[in-house]
Amino acid sequence: MNAQSPLLSVRDLKVWFDIRAKGAMPWTAPDKLKAVDGVDFDLMPGETLGIVGESGCGKSTLARAIMRMVPAEAGTVLWLGDDLLSLNKHGMREHRKEMQMIFQDPLASLNPRMTIGQIVAEPLKTHYPDVSKSEVKARVREVLDRVGILPNMINRYPHEFSGGQCQRIGIARALILKPQLIICDEPVSALDVSIQAQVINLLMDIQQEMGLSLIFIAHDLSVVKHISTRVMVLYLGNVVEISEAEQLYRAPGHPYTQALISAVPIPDPKAHAENEVMLLDADLPSPLNPPSGCVFRTRCPLAKPVCAETKPPLTDRGNGQQVACHVI
Amino acid sequence: MAHVTNVESAIDSTEVIKGRSLWQDARARFFRNKAAVVSLIILILVSLFALFGGMLTPWSNEEIDWNLMGDVRTLGGPSFETKHYFGLDPLGRDLFARVVQGTQISLMIGIVGALISVIVGTLYGATAGFIGGRLDNIMMRIVDILMAIPYMFVLILLLVVFGRSIFMLFVGIGLISWLDMARIARGQTLSIKNKEFVEAAIATGVSTPKIIIRHIVPNLLGVVIVYATLLVPSMIMFESFISFLGLGVQEPLTSWGALINEGAGQMRYGTLWMLGFPLFFFLISLFAFFFFGDGLRDALDPKDR
Repeated sequence: MNAQSPLLSVRDLKVWFDIRAKGAMPWTAPDKLKAVDGVDFDLMPGETLGIVGESGCGKSTLARAIMRMVPAEAGTVLWLGDDLLSLNKHGMREHRKEMQMIFQDPLASLNPRMTIGQIVAEPLKTHYPDVSKSEVKARVREVLDRVGILPNMINRYPHEFSGGQCQRIGIARALILKPQLIICDEPVSALDVSIQAQVINLLMDIQQEMGLSLIFIAHDLSVVKHISTRVMVLYLGNVVEISEAEQLYRAPGHPYTQALISAVPIPDPKAHAENEVMLLDADLPSPLNPPSGCVFRTRCPLAKPVCAETKPPLTDRGNGQQVACHVI
Repeated sequence: MAHVTNVESAIDSTEVIKGRSLWQDARARFFRNKAAVVSLIILILVSLFALFGGMLTPWSNEEIDWNLMGDVRTLGGPSFETKHYFGLDPLGRDLFARVVQGTQISLMIGIVGALISVIVGTLYGATAGFIGGRLDNIMMRIVDILMAIPYMFVLILLLVVFGRSIFMLFVGIGLISWLDMARIARGQTLSIKNKEFVEAAIATGVSTPKIIIRHIVPNLLGVVIVYATLLVPSMIMFESFISFLGLGVQEPLTSWGALINEGAGQMRYGTLWMLGFPLFFFLISLFAFFFFGDGLRDALDPKDR
C-alpha cells in the first residue's frame, strides 16, 4: 500500500434484500437475502480494481450499492472523505458526476428513442444545465471522437450500431463529465472476443490519459488479469481474497481462488489437457441461508471444524495479498 | 481499426448522417399495410367532411326549409335540385348540414376522450409503475375503486342532476377513459424500468420526473398510441349510446348517435335516408378507426406478429 489516500474506501458494506415467502402474511418478518455481507476495500486514484466471482455472488449488487442505486443495510462508503450512504439526495447528486457506470448489455443501456448525440449529452445537460447548445455539441463530438465513433453519427439511433459501437457510446456517456471513477459492470461479457479486446484497450488508454480509477466487474478471469492492478474475489457476498493481480494469478491464496484460477482455459490444447482443474463439490449455497462461519466451508477441500465456528477475517499475507481463511 | 478509419474517412466526415429513428421504421411498415392506409384516407376524408362540409351546402343546420316542411316524407328526400343532398330531417332542416355538425361533435368526443386517457392515464400509470412500492399500491387501488363504480349509472345520474350538457358529457368521459390506460401504462413501465438505460439515467443523477418524461414515456408511446386509436371508436360508441337514450347532446347540437336515434324513430314512415346517412358515416368511421389502430399496432410492435 502506498501513502496516497484512497479515492474510495468501503467499510463493512452490507446489502440485504427482503424476500417474502409466497403466500406469507404481511406482518411476518421477511427473510433476508444477504447479497453483500460485510465487504471492505480501498481504491486508490488511478487504480483498477477487478472484482470476480461466480454469478449471484454480489458483484453487481456491490457496484450498485456504491452508486446508491440499491439501499445498503449497513456500512460506510467513503468517497474522498464523504460518506456517500449518509448524504441526502442533493448531496449525492453532486457526487454522481464524479462517478459513472458502464453496463453489461450495450444496446439495452441506450434509450432506443434517443439519438446517440442526445444520449451522450444527457449527463452534461443534467449537471450543467447552463452550458450552451453549441458547447454541448462540441463536447459530445470530442468525446465520441475519443472513443472511436465518428462524430457525424450523432443523429443516429442506437439500433443502427453494433454491440461494440454501442458499448463505446456507453463509455462516451460515462466520460463526458470527466469523472474520477468509472464502475464497469461486466462491460465486455456481451461482446465477442475481438471486440472485447478493442473495448478493453480503449478503457485502458482512456484510464491512462485521464488518470481514472476503474472498478471492473467480470467473470472472465483472463480479461480481469489484463486490465486490473488489484483483484478482489467475492464468494456469496463475502470477500475471500484481495491481492495484486500478478500475485493472485501466480500464487492464489484462498482455496476458492485456487479453484477459480485452475479453471481458466489455457490457449494451448496440450497444456490445457495436462492442466489439472480443481473441481469443487456441491452447488453454491443459498444466500438466504448462508453457511455459518466461513461461507466457503461447505465446498472447501481443506475445511476444518474451526471454519464452521468463526468467520475468518481478511489477513495480510505479504506481497499485498489479503486472504480470508483459517487454514492457509 | 486502421483500415476501418480509412474507409470511413473516404466519406465526408463533416457531413452529419441522418439517423433512422424507430418511428420512421414504424411509418414505413405502416404504409405497407393496405387496409390501414385505406382507413387512414377514410379518416382524413371524414375529418375534412366535418371541417369543411358546411361550405358545400347553402343550408345551415338551423334553418328550416319551409317550402318542403309540410311534406318531408315525399318531397324531403335526397335531391340535387333542392340542394338537400342528404334530404331533410323530420323537422325540415337540411340533413347534410346536420350530419356535418354531428360528425364534428362525435369526432370531438372521441378525440377528447382519447386525449384525456393518453395524457392522464400515461402519466398516472408511468408514475405509479416507476416509483412503485406503497405509492403504486395506493394509486392502483384508486383506479380499481373507480373501475368498480358502474360508470353508465353514474354518468346518467350526473346528466340528470347537473343538467344535460356537452360539458357534463366530457366530464363523464374524462372520468372513465383513463383508467384502462393507466393500467396498461403501469404494466409497460414495470418492464421498462429495469432496463439498463433507466439505471444509467439514475446513476447519472437525472431526476425522477425527467426520467419518467424522457425515458419511460417515449418507450410507452407505441402501446399507448395503439390503445388510444382503439379507444376513439369506443368513446364515440359510448357517446352515441348515451345520445340514443336521449341523455347525450341536446338540441340544437347533435351527434351521430342523436341523428341515428332520430332517423330510427322515423323508420316506419319510409324516410330511410334519415337513418342511412348518419349510420353510414358512423360505420365507416368506426371501421376505419379499428383498422387504423390494427395497422398501428402491427407497425409499432413488430415483435407481436
